Amino acid sequence: MSIFNKIVTAVRGSVRELGEAVVDANGTRIYEQEITDARQALTQARQDLTMVMAKEMQAGREIERLAAEQARFENHAVAAMDKGEDALALEVADRIVALETELAAQQQARTEFAASIARLKELIKQAEAKVREHERELVMARTTESVHRATQSISHSMGSGGSKLLSARESLERIKQRQQDLADRMTAAAELDNEIGGQALERKLEAAGIGENAGRRAAVLARIAARRAAPADEPGDA
Amino acid sequence: MTEFQSRMETAARIAEAVYGLTVEWQPIPGEVEVVQATLAGREELPIYLTHSGEQIICICYLWHDKEVLAERRVALLEALLDLNIPMPLSSFARVEGWFVVYGALSRQSRAEELAQELATLSENAVDALDAFAEYLK
Repeated sequence: MSIFNKIVTAVRGSVRELGEAVVDANGTRIYEQEITDARQALTQARQDLTMVMAKEMQAGREIERLAAEQARFENHAVAAMDKGEDALALEVADRIVALETELAAQQQARTEFAASIARLKELIKQAEAKVREHERELVMARTTESVHRATQSISHSMGSGGSKLLSARESLERIKQRQQDLADRMTAAAELDNEIGGQALERKLEAAGIGENAGRRAAVLARIAARRAAPADEPGDA
Repeated sequence: MTEFQSRMETAARIAEAVYGLTVEWQPIPGEVEVVQATLAGREELPIYLTHSGEQIICICYLWHDKEVLAERRVALLEALLDLNIPMPLSSFARVEGWFVVYGALSRQSRAEELAQELATLSENAVDALDAFAEYLK
């Protein structure tokens, strides 16, 4: 059963079961062992593969060499026959037969090596997939274990600290209250500044008709009043 | 200090500098390395960080199963599923009866990413609590 299934099944049971099913230290050790085993198989298969590939290359070179030899001796046989050296031609023919036998053997070997290579490559692919699968399972097992243990630690520290755990609603109320307090304090600070701080003096000066802003309101009102008094001057008014 | 803890310390300083968050952290004793991070102003929602194999998992415990209003349970679960993808960088989950928001990072994540995770996760946790309070007792 996959670890995902294990977790789902355990969760359907109870928290205690989840602990036992997944957090079991043996469980992770088994995954770790399986990963180690698969990795070893992988290393072995890779070594075997390079060896077989080397042998295939050697067989290939040998086949080339034998084929060249065969061609060379066939030329010699033709030359011997041309010169009427029948006995020599016969001897060359024997040599060609031997070369042909060896060539067939090497070709057979090369075919077998090629098949081994294909088999080993498939094996490596499977082992790699297995390692990846086990590593994923190990991460899931470790994470579940870690979070479980963390939750245990947290429950324990909450309990031993003597602090009563607040309900979520109470927590929210407190946080909101604190945020409200902060906002209130900032408003109060602004008001205070308005009354007795630097802003207060500015406003006093303004009220007394001193400073940049002094008389601006009156000037605006005067301008609007003047415009209102002369509506006929407005062009294009229906 | 373990390697993870020193990364945590750097992350806390980055969180202060970049996100304006005051982060305090402490290791939680136990067999597995767990760090509790508390963000100033959100002390009720600490974030727990642990690591396993290739990941760092940051968890914020929101509420317990017991707190869910029985008659609104299915609606809550559906709402959690619906919100899971829209919620930036964090996901909902349940751990031994606790509903949590969590984020998973690569074990190789730098302190900068850890700081960003703390900031995002904490905000998501407050928002989630606010949004789902109506389903709770």
